[in-house]
Amino acid sequence: MSLFALQKVLYDLNRDPRVQQQFRSDVKGLLDGYDLSAEERSALASGDIGLIYVLGANGQLLMHFAAFLGLPWADYIQAMRDGVAKHGPVRDGIYAMTTQMDEKVAGV
Amino acid sequence: MSLVFAGICSHAPGITGRANLAEARLRDPFHAAYHRMGEQLLQARPDALVVVAAEHFANFFMTNMPSFAVGMADSYSGPIEDPGWLGIARTSIPGNAALSRQLIQEVMQTVDVSYAEEWKFDHGIMVPLHFLTPRFDVPVIPVNINCQGPPLTPLHRAWAFGEALRRAADSVPQRIALVGTGGISHWPATPDSGKINEAWDRELLDRWQRNDKAALLSYSDRETYREAGQGGFEIRTFISVAAAARGLGSVQHYAPIPIFAVGCTVAVMDVAA
Repeated sequence: MSLFALQKVLYDLNRDPRVQQQFRSDVKGLLDGYDLSAEERSALASGDIGLIYVLGANGQLLMHFAAFLGLPWADYIQAMRDGVAKHGPVRDGIYAMTTQMDEKVAGV
Repeated sequence: MSLVFAGICSHAPGITGRANLAEARLRDPFHAAYHRMGEQLLQARPDALVVVAAEHFANFFMTNMPSFAVGMADSYSGPIEDPGWLGIARTSIPGNAALSRQLIQEVMQTVDVSYAEEWKFDHGIMVPLHFLTPRFDVPVIPVNINCQGPPLTPLHRAWAFGEALRRAADSVPQRIALVGTGGISHWPATPDSGKINEAWDRELLDRWQRNDKAALLSYSDRETYREAGQGGFEIRTFISVAAAARGLGSVQHYAPIPIFAVGCTVAVMDVAA
């Protein structure tokens, strides 16, 4: 596991337009610069919000990544639920899911 | 001169970014209260606005995470997020590096802080400025307390920082306004987004209004996480404002708005001697 590296990709991506550009033009080359597991690498490259959430990425980092990918709010929230349904509970960090799968507290 | 204004407010990105998804009967009174707080702030004729925020990895990360950081630049930029997503256009915000330096030097006499000559504002500062100083014409001095990457800044250190900030504000000739922004209970950026513990929020606000130091510092992170979510860790910003202002607080607006993900809060505090 290398949650630090996974989160560092998101941190760099969220704040640096040049990293954003490389993510779109050469994601493989970008990710080569980080010490990532195969699972983390694949989740980032494919924009798998649900898996990144389950891996334990800080929610604030992930929220900005979802916005960068252009996900509407409801889709982003649902993607995290889908991630938990598919991969099980959040494995690390402080952003665990505490509501039920069908409990849409804000209507989304 | 001294501290001339103190207040606290919410900063959740939905407040601007998802404004169109909220019911007008909930959204409009909150936005109006937020604007009124801005009018009060400007009536205090501040030379600078210190915003004590709980940023979300726009500038600080687990490579080198300060407990406290203070901006020391003549200008800042924001928002770091997609402007369309946040509902706030990208802009530059004036700072005051010389004043920052003076404040930092005084704060450092009792609390170790990092300084930053570059600082990109995220929603944690941009949302408050959008309502409080909508023309972005008041020089801002950003402050961050680590409320995101554990181990977090202890509550009693947030209090000590607020005391140091007050001493620093009183030591410069400029008129300083202070706004803390965060919390209260919320589970942001999770599928729980929209969950709000109103009873916990009201208890926290009661302690804050009474400026009850012992009660404010009695929360444990374990209890806060359980009752108020990871967003609850941001009470550190409110605590530092209470320590700086020393007065009694007045909640001008509180109402849970689930699509904004928080109990939407606007409150001011008298600045006592």
